[in-house]
Amino acid sequence: MPELSAGLELIGFLQWVYNIIASIINTLGLPQIILNIVLMVLICLAIIVFLALMALFLIWWERKVAAHFQDRLGPMMTGWHGWLQTVADALKLLQKEDIVVASADRKVHYWAPVVVFTACLMAFVVIPFGKGLSPSKVNIGILYILAITSLTVISLLMAGWASNNKYALLGGMRSAAQIVSYEVPLTLSIIGVVLMSGTLSMGGFIEAQGPYFWKWYIWPQILGFAIYLSAATAELNRTPFDLPEAEQELVAGFNIEYSGMKFAMFFLAEFLNMFLVGAVATTLFLGGWQPPLPGLSFIPSYIWFLGKSLFIVFVIMWFKWTYPRLRVDHLMAFAWKVLLPLAFLNIILTAVGVYIF
Amino acid sequence: MSMLIFYILAIVAVVSALMVVTLRNVFHSALFLVLTLFSVAGIYVLLEAEFLAAVQVLIYVGAITILMIFAIMLTYQITSKSIRQVNEQVIPAVIIVLVFFVLSLVTLIKTSWPVSNKSLPGNNTFEIGRQLLSTYVIPFEVVSIVLLIALIGAIIISRQDGPSRPGQEDR
Repeated sequence: MPELSAGLELIGFLQWVYNIIASIINTLGLPQIILNIVLMVLICLAIIVFLALMALFLIWWERKVAAHFQDRLGPMMTGWHGWLQTVADALKLLQKEDIVVASADRKVHYWAPVVVFTACLMAFVVIPFGKGLSPSKVNIGILYILAITSLTVISLLMAGWASNNKYALLGGMRSAAQIVSYEVPLTLSIIGVVLMSGTLSMGGFIEAQGPYFWKWYIWPQILGFAIYLSAATAELNRTPFDLPEAEQELVAGFNIEYSGMKFAMFFLAEFLNMFLVGAVATTLFLGGWQPPLPGLSFIPSYIWFLGKSLFIVFVIMWFKWTYPRLRVDHLMAFAWKVLLPLAFLNIILTAVGVYIF
Repeated sequence: MSMLIFYILAIVAVVSALMVVTLRNVFHSALFLVLTLFSVAGIYVLLEAEFLAAVQVLIYVGAITILMIFAIMLTYQITSKSIRQVNEQVIPAVIIVLVFFVLSLVTLIKTSWPVSNKSLPGNNTFEIGRQLLSTYVIPFEVVSIVLLIALIGAIIISRQDGPSRPGQEDR
């Protein structure tokens, strides 16, 4: 692979790290399996550290974006423009007392945040973060992401049920009903891209699009992209679909009985899921880590990937401060009577288009 | 390595399946069912049937158990009642289960399972799709129609007859 040493790509650095570890293992005379285990642990650690930093950054960014949309400044005191604010908040949450309601189902109450965070981290395993930066090359990548993220619903129901509080229970059921409903148009909106590229793997989508921005699937799949973004916003329980935790009207949803680090786990998972939506949208519709023109490849691929993903995240935040909240019956009607028929229309049009061309 | 992973997954699957039937709290049973189905999906991955594994998680964990959990949550105080796990027919049931267990054990050991020497197709998702729409297209379509009929049947059963109640018009 001659292009491995190209410029600022991380792949060269990773190759160097791999060679060092491999030579250490070889000189110690350990079997190959140890090398594999060490590499797996290192990759997992790298992803977890990256995602933890990303979650902290996104929380700060959300607060800044919200503030600037409302003509405020947001956090300014801790660090330059308040960039240390979420670090301080996380440290504060770590020290908080972990309160569990006396009548709660303690075991389920304990496991719910663990499940939500694990499901969220597992989904990132197939994301291609850059050229050669795909932690695992599964050939059914997108299906894997859809399957793993459906675990989130179970954890919301666990949290709502284990709190033994009727508001938590109702909140959990509201979130779950919404997520299950919007999962249908979300999945169907992806089928258009799958039809065009003829693959289910995340790397395959990127290869099929190529480094020319007019070849990206956002143009032929503009309807699919719109459905994906709306359904994903609803999946994330964010405004205009944030009925499960509408803070001006209700107490928050499934997580009202959570405190301290367990609450922080739900909170971080929410922001990481937002980044996951951005990353998947980038891979499916925006050409992944590829630059818009081949001449721009001197900028490293992971910068392109992060830039595009964070732009999608910004758009989702933009929604929040632009649109009013939907009423609950309109919410369900929108999923089943608007998004679902549009998704079917998109599949039919794409199938006809793929058949003709 | 893969043998070790298989044993871990198999033990988790069997133990949590036992928990599903023995626990007195139905909600916990449903959660252990999730664990069972998830470890079975893991075994599918070991057998290089990734598509089947993903579909298993997507449908069984993501849809069917969630439906069960919804039903449990909507049932008033289901977990505070002590649910009887056996009735007066426990002895015949145990005998039949034992006979069935021995029978399946004997079948498992005695049968010589056919082993194919052919290597796995590189992209078995592609192969599944092609087979479903060529060789098995009739069963595939029949299953779709049966599912559609079930869907319509459920809607008709749950539909309220008579004039619509006030407040329903604007939906």
